[in-house]
Amino acid sequence: MTTQSNATTSRPGGATAPEAGPTSTGSKATRALGILALAAVALLVLLGLWWTPADVIQNESVRILYVHVPAATLAYLGCFLTSLGSLMYLWKKSRWWELVGYAAAEIAAIFTAVTLVTGMLWGRPTWGVFWVWDARLTSTAMLMLLLLGYLAVRRLPADYHVRAQRASIIGLLLVPNVIIVRQSVQWWRTLHQEASLFADGPGATIEGIMLFTLVFGFVTFQLIFAWLLVHRFRLAWLEEQVAGQGLTAAIAERRAEGRSASGAAPAPIAPPPAVPSELVHRASTTGPEVAS
Amino acid sequence: MTSMWVYVIAAWVLVLGGLGGYALSVVSRGKRLSRQVPSEDRRWS
Repeated sequence: MTTQSNATTSRPGGATAPEAGPTSTGSKATRALGILALAAVALLVLLGLWWTPADVIQNESVRILYVHVPAATLAYLGCFLTSLGSLMYLWKKSRWWELVGYAAAEIAAIFTAVTLVTGMLWGRPTWGVFWVWDARLTSTAMLMLLLLGYLAVRRLPADYHVRAQRASIIGLLLVPNVIIVRQSVQWWRTLHQEASLFADGPGATIEGIMLFTLVFGFVTFQLIFAWLLVHRFRLAWLEEQVAGQGLTAAIAERRAEGRSASGAAPAPIAPPPAVPSELVHRASTTGPEVAS
Repeated sequence: MTSMWVYVIAAWVLVLGGLGGYALSVVSRGKRLSRQVPSEDRRWS
């Protein structure tokens, strides 16, 4: 959704800039994507809770898997994007990729939390317990902790490059952890079942409308993920822009204090450029290219 | 049977509520910060 405003924007040094255009992270493309995602969610609810039958063995609890499995898959995708963004930042110093990784990490944390919670709610009626220290569950919990660690380090009060570099090193650990999570059911004896969606023979236990619903769940969650990623990336971009403005204002204030202390007549402070710091200047040359 | 539906409904409500709440939070923060950034620095506008 986009809102128009006639207000003016405060700039460092007291200058103001007229606000133009929509004041949100939305655009025509994201609005279309959002509507598509909402329609897909509505259809998935009908399919998952109404039109599909109960499973012969799992009974009604199979309906939880229509959101649990796609959420887990998209959590892995988010981790992959975070590792890729981290690698590109450490290698090329690409701020665009670093912000992609940061945005993907937060979304991956949300999807990992969804995976853990829905898994617990599926485990209680199926296994009789909410949680066991099984290899798949434990490695997923470790993945969640790693994502929270990445986000905590990324938000530490420090220079942009310092926190981006530290967070990127943690971000590189996500893909190996995802591989451990994915392979844990084969490497160790676990209560969690092995992958059965693409299994041949007796392992291929899902078909018909139940298979369609699960696949449609993947599509729906991909739409949600894409929508969230674009908006979160733009929000991260705005956060860095505002942080750059705050730095500019602080520098201007210190300069004014210095002039006053030296006894010189305080000269009028010219409005500083909108994005003067090295950090933000670099960003403006490699700025967001997200489709609008 | 009824108790199983409790877990199913709880899972779906938590998933949709959690994702919806997070989406609203992102949009809301985006609107607030967009007002502080000049439009030339918001290339998607």
